[in-house]
Amino acid sequence: MDRHGTALSARSLSWAAVVPTVFLAWFFLYPVGRILWISLSGGGNPIDLLTSVGLWDVVAFTVGQALASTMLTLLIGLPVAGVFARFQFRFKRTLKALITIPFVLPTVVVASAFLSLVGPRGVVGVNLEGTLALILIAHVFYNVAVVVRVVGALWETVDPRMEEAATMLGASRFTAFRSVTLPLLRPGLLAAASLVFLFTFTSFGVVLILGGLAFETLEVAIYNRAIQAFDLQGAALLSLVQLLGVGLTLGWYAHYQRSHAVQRSLSAPVQAAKPPTGLREQLWVRLTLGLIVAFTVTPLLMLVARSLRAGGEYSLTFYRRLAERDTAFAVPPAEAIGNSMRFAFAAAVIAVVVGGLAAAVVAYGRGPSSRWFDAVLMLPLGTSAVTVGFGFLVALDRPIDLRASIWIIPIAHALVAVPFVVRSAVPVMMTVQHRLREAAAMLGASPLRAFREIDLPLVARALMVGAAFAFAISLGEFGATAFIVRPDNPTLPIAIERFLSRPGEVNFGQAMAMASILMVITAVSIGLIDHRRGRGGF
Amino acid sequence: MDRITIRLICLLFGFALVAAACASAEPSGPVRGEGTVTLVTHDSFAISESTLEAFTASTGTQVEVLTAGDAGLLTNQAILTRDNPTADVLYGIDNTFLSRALDADLFVDYESPALSAVPTSLHAGPAVTPISFGDVCLNYDKAAAVPEPADLADLLKPEYRGTLVVENPATSSPGLAFLLATIAEFGEAGWLDYWRGLVENDVKVAPDWETAYFSDFTVGGGGNRPIVVSYASSPVAAVLFSEVPLDEAPSSTVTGGCFRQVEYAGMLVESDEARRLIDFMLGREFQEDVPLNMFVWPANSEATLPPEFVEFTDIPASPAALDAKLIEANRDRWIDEWTATVLR
Repeated sequence: MDRHGTALSARSLSWAAVVPTVFLAWFFLYPVGRILWISLSGGGNPIDLLTSVGLWDVVAFTVGQALASTMLTLLIGLPVAGVFARFQFRFKRTLKALITIPFVLPTVVVASAFLSLVGPRGVVGVNLEGTLALILIAHVFYNVAVVVRVVGALWETVDPRMEEAATMLGASRFTAFRSVTLPLLRPGLLAAASLVFLFTFTSFGVVLILGGLAFETLEVAIYNRAIQAFDLQGAALLSLVQLLGVGLTLGWYAHYQRSHAVQRSLSAPVQAAKPPTGLREQLWVRLTLGLIVAFTVTPLLMLVARSLRAGGEYSLTFYRRLAERDTAFAVPPAEAIGNSMRFAFAAAVIAVVVGGLAAAVVAYGRGPSSRWFDAVLMLPLGTSAVTVGFGFLVALDRPIDLRASIWIIPIAHALVAVPFVVRSAVPVMMTVQHRLREAAAMLGASPLRAFREIDLPLVARALMVGAAFAFAISLGEFGATAFIVRPDNPTLPIAIERFLSRPGEVNFGQAMAMASILMVITAVSIGLIDHRRGRGGF
Repeated sequence: MDRITIRLICLLFGFALVAAACASAEPSGPVRGEGTVTLVTHDSFAISESTLEAFTASTGTQVEVLTAGDAGLLTNQAILTRDNPTADVLYGIDNTFLSRALDADLFVDYESPALSAVPTSLHAGPAVTPISFGDVCLNYDKAAAVPEPADLADLLKPEYRGTLVVENPATSSPGLAFLLATIAEFGEAGWLDYWRGLVENDVKVAPDWETAYFSDFTVGGGGNRPIVVSYASSPVAAVLFSEVPLDEAPSSTVTGGCFRQVEYAGMLVESDEARRLIDFMLGREFQEDVPLNMFVWPANSEATLPPEFVEFTDIPASPAALDAKLIEANRDRWIDEWTATVLR
């Protein structure tokens, strides 16, 4: 029986597969394959490295911290996702945009905010500098939006009447949630977990800066090998270990996802969300929102406060200084904003096209090939930025030399963003009810029309979640961009780092002011994308 | 999906991997427009627009700037793309990574006529042209309770307990320079003992310069360490980028135990435009624009320094020097030994 039957023919799926395949082969498999080949064909004895005790410590720490971070992020993100999916409340879109801000902030800036809260002379009074706890907290801070959005995208399509029916039959609210809603959310939970796991598995800046010097992930080890020691062979071997870990995770994920796919009726999200009724619901909504806002917004407020505090009093000095262009070093904010927005828009468009087509192949395709396709698409997220960046350098000079092209930047961002689009869309695509399409077909709709009118409106909403992530990923300059040669088009994060690379309170203040501008831009653009999504698609 | 498609996709993936293994390197040089010269540099590069425009006005050649991370990354990237460089001229490689580039035979020899104005102590052979230099030195908070240390050995005294913050040499360029300064000062036999002494005296190690300066140093922000590993130009920047106008720098440069980083330019692809650009970078107009943009000193001794660079800081008369070959041969071992001694 064809559980995931589709109105789309195998032929149209084949065509859909071409774009993501070419994208992935050109911008990921070929560059990474080439740099690994160049590095490993150098000779030497790889066995020494692989059997050295240190490596396994690094692997154990990398996996351990990623698992712990993922569990914590799920635990904290799940109730928040539920509140956002189920309830209608004031400032909902604003709050949702607000908790997405951390996602884009440069690590140096976040580190500075955390240290001013829980550092040696922090406001809170607890010194967590250089502890594992701080690494985990920062990982949750960065990734909680992933859980809220990816799980939320599915949750808001779960018909709340099912859970209500269960409570009416005597189940407690918790039991009703656990036995009715939770199983339906599983694809979304898994999707979010896999993203958070891969993100934290390849964690670099957080571990390096907040973990102080006691901790080392594979990503940090690869960086040290490749950049400081220029031991490309060692770096390549570590990259292979990392890829193996990612491959195993993805293999398990693909297997699990297939064996636990569920079909159920999707309801229109607008009906599903309602204002909280009764004291209990109101308390629950307020408590959850209060805690998450306190957790994500406090560090953000620290940054804003520092951008406004000049010479012991509050003023707009640093913002004014940003507008005056005193040296060539300083990037005018308008230019940085313009660059950031252009790259983010391009990255989001590329990611939605590539990721959307890929998601269709994964969700509607049959057999092991689409499962493999799914896993391979996720690989860039779990691959060292150093490896991808160096790969770009040695591989993207032919047939056209993209290395010094402006397009290299959105392409590098889209590579990281595509998995987010796929992860947001696949769970929704896989659960769209077959019956609806059959009914449409019976009423005389062509397969394509049935797809367009039944699937697309629901899928489009999920794709917009992916688009928001792609936009944020690009605004935050994720991906290989740090390790490639690029035209001198400074974005907001780069402008921030430039200010931070020089002494003087004004430089620090301007960095904080730029970071505040980045926050506002993120919140506004993500809010606008959510708004579009709320209206039902493109 | 039908079988044909699956085969097609497998074929394409396979092709990507085979191509990765077999692609031959045929140098074609950076793609550039007519009358353009490409400069690849680190991401701290900055120069006034008017300066680059002056080059275009006098030569008819436009300069296109590419950035590539820090000095180490810049070097590695240039070596990786040696067969097909991304740019014509590279600027920003320093003496801690120079040997790596020279071993890889990265540059085409060029001796600029303007070199005669550069002190011979900065020269490093025909492959590269010295453009600028900066000293990594201890910075001292003038408001500190302890007196200013005279040299590195002073930091082992009990009164300097808990006063110093340094950067990890494995992840930070000034951190590495400071490590090299201690090796130059105490020699192969004594530098590890010196660091053991620092550890006993509660030295703090920060992952990068930003954290050390803005989070731990008393002058930079909220820190509680009055001595930091930074640059000789930092006191100048502390004055220029102060919120309130200052007559005096809040910090001073400790001129004992500095390490000099010399930044070089080299020609990746031979052309007259590339040579002209290197000549221009050594010329007075560019050289005099360097200090206030990049906070380093011009290599050309005829260039006039901005008054702030004369007034607010000192530069060491005899900074530590280590041979570039010696650094390249021992860098990894030194970092490993440092890590084992200081962090474990």
